Order: sequence, then structure tokens, then C-alpha cells
Amino acid sequence: MYRYDSYDQSIVDARVEEFRDQVQRRLAGALTEDQFKPLRLMNGLYLQLHAYMLRVAIPYGTLSGKQMRKLGEIAAKYDKGYGHFTTRQNLQYNWIKLADAPDILAELATVEMHAIQTSGNCIRNISSDQYAGVSADEVTDPRPWAELLRQWSTFHPEFTYLPRKFKICVIANEEDRAAMRLHDIGLKLVLRDGQIGAEVYAGGGMGRTPMVAPQIRDFVPEEEIVSYLEACLRVYNRYGRRDNKYKARIKILVHELGVEEYKRQVEEEYAHMRELGLNPPTEELDRIRPFFAGPAYETGLSDDLDRSDPAFALWVDRQVAAHKQPGYAIVNISLKPRGGIPGDASAEQIALVADLAERYSLDELRVTHAQNLVLPHVKKADLHAIWQKLDEAGLAEANLDLITDIIACPGLDYCSLANARSIPLAQKLSERFAAADRQKELGELKVKISGCINACGHHHAGHIGVLGVDRKGVENFQLSLGGSGAEDASVGQITGPGFSEDGVVDAIEKVTNLYLAEREEGERFLDTYRRLGMKPFKEAIYG
Amino acid sequence: MVEFLSFREGDAGQEPAVTVESFTGQSNSTAVRIEAGEDARELLPFLDRLSLVEVNFPAYGDGRGYSAARILREAGYQGELRAVGDVLVDQLVAMRRCGFDSFRPDKALDDAAVERALNRYADVYQKTVDGRRPVWAKRHPETANG
Repeated sequence: MYRYDSYDQSIVDARVEEFRDQVQRRLAGALTEDQFKPLRLMNGLYLQLHAYMLRVAIPYGTLSGKQMRKLGEIAAKYDKGYGHFTTRQNLQYNWIKLADAPDILAELATVEMHAIQTSGNCIRNISSDQYAGVSADEVTDPRPWAELLRQWSTFHPEFTYLPRKFKICVIANEEDRAAMRLHDIGLKLVLRDGQIGAEVYAGGGMGRTPMVAPQIRDFVPEEEIVSYLEACLRVYNRYGRRDNKYKARIKILVHELGVEEYKRQVEEEYAHMRELGLNPPTEELDRIRPFFAGPAYETGLSDDLDRSDPAFALWVDRQVAAHKQPGYAIVNISLKPRGGIPGDASAEQIALVADLAERYSLDELRVTHAQNLVLPHVKKADLHAIWQKLDEAGLAEANLDLITDIIACPGLDYCSLANARSIPLAQKLSERFAAADRQKELGELKVKISGCINACGHHHAGHIGVLGVDRKGVENFQLSLGGSGAEDASVGQITGPGFSEDGVVDAIEKVTNLYLAEREEGERFLDTYRRLGMKPFKEAIYG
Repeated sequence: MVEFLSFREGDAGQEPAVTVESFTGQSNSTAVRIEAGEDARELLPFLDRLSLVEVNFPAYGDGRGYSAARILREAGYQGELRAVGDVLVDQLVAMRRCGFDSFRPDKALDDAAVERALNRYADVYQKTVDGRRPVWAKRHPETANG
């Protein structure tokens, strides 16, 4: 895990004091809400329907036990006892008082955390693969580059007032667990002639105009990634649309210019930028890299597992993934209990997971974009003990990537942008498909729900996606099929007219029944949909 | 309250700035004003005779002027570079880092707030055109870029 040095700490500490000053000016009436808004938005503080929401950055989704414990303490002390893990690998508190926000940031700073650039039209938290460093088939651990980019993007003076928000993802694997090509810029680290560099994808995103990012460069040497990104961002900052907030993301610029023309402009700027000495020296990456070097694994451990307890065996089969180190495993902790709120964890649950990370996972854990948690370094011999503790805390659901592992945004229960409630729908679906046998029978099936067109719930990338809209004052849910955020990224297609909340649950049942009837050997729902196309699914729903 | 702020030696440019279009046409002017959306690179052939470039920020959230400033400094422009328009105290540091050395905000700034803002951050992560050594250079003073 990366640790701050005195420079990193002083920058985060200065930010806390700056924000304290800004909040005091606001509370004293020296700043109007209009004047304060851009300042709080640079620091992850939103005014929502009922209270302020504070979004805390979890850079590339990696946390220590101590950091996790602090998140739980803050939930207990300043919120109503909950934290909400988001699709951007961050954490949100939904019940924050403005006067408390500076103290919360100060507490976060004591464990090397912050809320910098978790909102606003700037470069947001860098996301990455939750299995970084522990999957056997990655080219390299992508997180040193993600940390380098975290620092580069922090208070970047030229790119703090972009046309719109800007999300960057770094992975180093063929298998994409981070929805890399649905980011404004996606970097996939690759090895070419013994040298590490990045394939670069630009102009992906969701929102009202979903796009899968096209590749704009097949290789940028690792030591020049910063200057290449500066070029990408400069072209966007200068020419991205600012006349319409819904056309301001880089995807629209890339689309309107055409990929070739955007590439050409970036190359021209890059030729200029690379001469300016903007890239940190290789020594800086060498400094960061050891923080992410594998922890001290024990060797000679057994891979055997006592599977005599069927409930435990079921959980292992679903939630545990292969680790690169013999005798170790990756544990996925579901935050999607039956009938629960996707991504929510109580202060007590957060504290428990912090304990488990310290005791069993070499003091490390991860947050996934699917709103779940990961213990990345668990000895197989400890799996049973961990499962028991998770089970006692209501965290042992065995549904990873199944139909009840639903992604959902906070929706109209919290969010001031939402048109519809996502959470009650997620809860109903979770209940409808709760039977374990049925979920297993349906196999991998990614359901994603957004409560408005901004698509925070990634509905475009759902094998089954649901978008809540407002139709003449009544919540209405549009169904889409065939999306994917993985290495086979695609945008889902709308089935047809929308439904009521109960109606969309019924419609989802119908499409899953059709899949079960029509699937061929080894096909996931997504594969069957891609083979058959929309027509039979449409008939099953509306016929 | 501060109506005009300069970090330059000597007097600030007084000549009224003309538009980019009239400047690149026949003008003998030495002062020009860039509106958001205009291409700063059109000025590059004329940097020698320029003594003042104003960059207008029509709204604080319109960040195009930051790129305009940096482009001019990267090309070697040494004259006065002035941010005008919706310039707020919380943006002074980023503007300084992009090469602005004078400011004429639409609304006057509070002296004490300016002072606090300018002295808030001892360290920066990026190399830009302001000559400040980024954190990575301080960490590795022995390297070429350090």
C-alpha cells in the first residue's frame, strides 16, 4: 500500500485548512450558496435532498484496515451509522452537516485520505482493477501508475475547470473488471519488447450518450504517460463543448471531431508536451512501485479446503477467486444482502471488515465498482473462520456476479438529480430472485439500475439495465438488454415502452425465463442475447 | 479590497487591449485580449512585439484561459499575462501556476483572503511554467528533471 510522505501529507493537510476557511466564510454569511457551491463541489460535498452528501476518495479502490476503520468511525459519529460504497470505488456519507465537514476531512487526513476532486469538473478519483497485484495473469500491478496519476491530477492547475468531469481508469489485464472502456480515458498497461507502456482509449462514458471508448494509441511508453495525458486533456479543455452540459464530456468531442482528428490533435500536442520535461523521472515510479510489491506471503501453504459444510462450500464457490500465490485466495464480500441496499454497509460492518483485513488479509482491502468489497490476500486455511464472521454480520451472501449482485445508484431516496427510486427496485428484484438455486441456474447476470439519465448505476453496461425516468410525475422504468462493462464492452439496447416498478420486475423475470429456455451449452445470459438479438426477448416481454 | 493585482516588476501595461482578430490583422498594437474559445496559438508569430495579453474568463468555470496562458508561456512569451473577468480568489494559485502574472477581477478581492490563498500550499505535484519545483523533483534532486 502506498504511504504518504511529508509532501503528500502537507498537501492534504493544507486542503483541510483551506476548506475549513471556506466553510467558516459560508457559515458566517461571507459567501452565498452560489459562491460556495463551486468550492464545496471541488471537495466532494453535495447538497442533496435531505442533507449534505460527502464523497470520500478511495484511490484505485485500495484501503488499509486502519483507513477502513476510520471510515466506520466517521459513519458512526457524523452520519446515521452507514457508509455507501459507489460505482467509482468511493464511499459516500448521505447525512452530513456542513459544520462537521471540515472535522471529517481532518479525521480522514490522519489516515492519509481525502475528498479532493471527488466532484467538480476536474479529474476524478483514478479507478482500477480490484484484483490488481493478486491476479495471476496481469502484466504488472497497475496501481503504481494509478498513484502517479493521482498525484499528477491533484490540483492540476490547467485541468481544474474542464468542460465536464473527467474519469481515468488504469488496468493491466485482458480481463477488464473496472469498466475501463467506459471511462473518459482508459489506460491498459501492456508489455511490448520488454517495455511497459499503455494502450490508450478515449471518449468512453455513460450518461445520456453512452459510448465505448475507441483506442487512440496502441503504446505510450510508461515514462511518457503523464505528457501524453496532458496532451489529451489540453485538447479537451480547449475544444470540448461548454455550451451544453449534456454535450460537454470528452466522448462528444471525440465523436464530433472523429477519432482520427482527435488523435491527430493529441499527437500534435504530445509532440510539443513531451519536450517540456513534464514527466516525473523514472526514479519516481521506482519510488512508488515498492509500496505495491506483494506483501510477505507465507510459502508452502496447502491449497486444500474442508468443504464439508455445504453453506460454506457454496460461498467459496461463488465469492472466492484464484490468487497468484499458492495457498492464498481472493475473497469477495457481497454488499448485496437479500432485500438490502446495494453498496450500503453499517458502521459495525465496516469495522468488522477492517478487523478482517488486518487479521487475515495482510492489512489490505479493496472496493469494487460493482459496490462490493475484496479481501485480497487471504490464506485458504483462514477462509472458514472469515466466512463465519461475515455470516454473523450479514455479509456472507453468495451472489457475486449473479442476478441479485445488483448495482444501483442512490436514486430519488437521496439524490437531487434522480427521477426515480433505484433502491426499492433493487430490493424487490433481490427478493424476487432470492432463491439460491435459481440464481445459480441463471449464472452470470449483471443487473444495473440508474435513477436518472446520468447513469451512475451503469445501466447502459448492464446485461440487464434499468433506467428510471419521470413520466408525467410517475416513476417509469425503461429496460435495456445486452450491455457490458467488461473486456467485451457494449451498450445495452432499450427493449421498448417502460414499466412500473412491479412491471419491470416481471419483465426481467420474463427475459430470464426466455434465456433459460433458449440458451445453448455454456452461454451466459449476455451470450444468448447477443446470439438471438432483441426480437425474441421483446416478444417475451410485450407479446 | 484588491482591484488589480500584479506580480511583475514595474508598471502594469496601460494600453487598451485589442481583439485577436484586429491584432493579427494590421494592428500595431502591443496589447491583445483573448476571449474564451479563441486560439492563443494565433499569437505565437507576434510574441516579440506583445507586452500585454489579457485573457478573459467569462465565468469562473470556463477553464479555457488556463490552457491559453500556459501555451503562451510555453512558447516563451515574457510579457504581462493578465487574467480578467470572473476571477475568484480561490483560483489565483492555479492561474499563477499557468503563467498569469497580473489580475483584474470583475469583483474586487479581499486582501487577507488573497494573502491566505497564495501562501496555502507549500508544494505542488505538477511541473508547469511557473518555475516551482514539483514534489517529484524535490524527491529526486539528483535526476535530470529534478
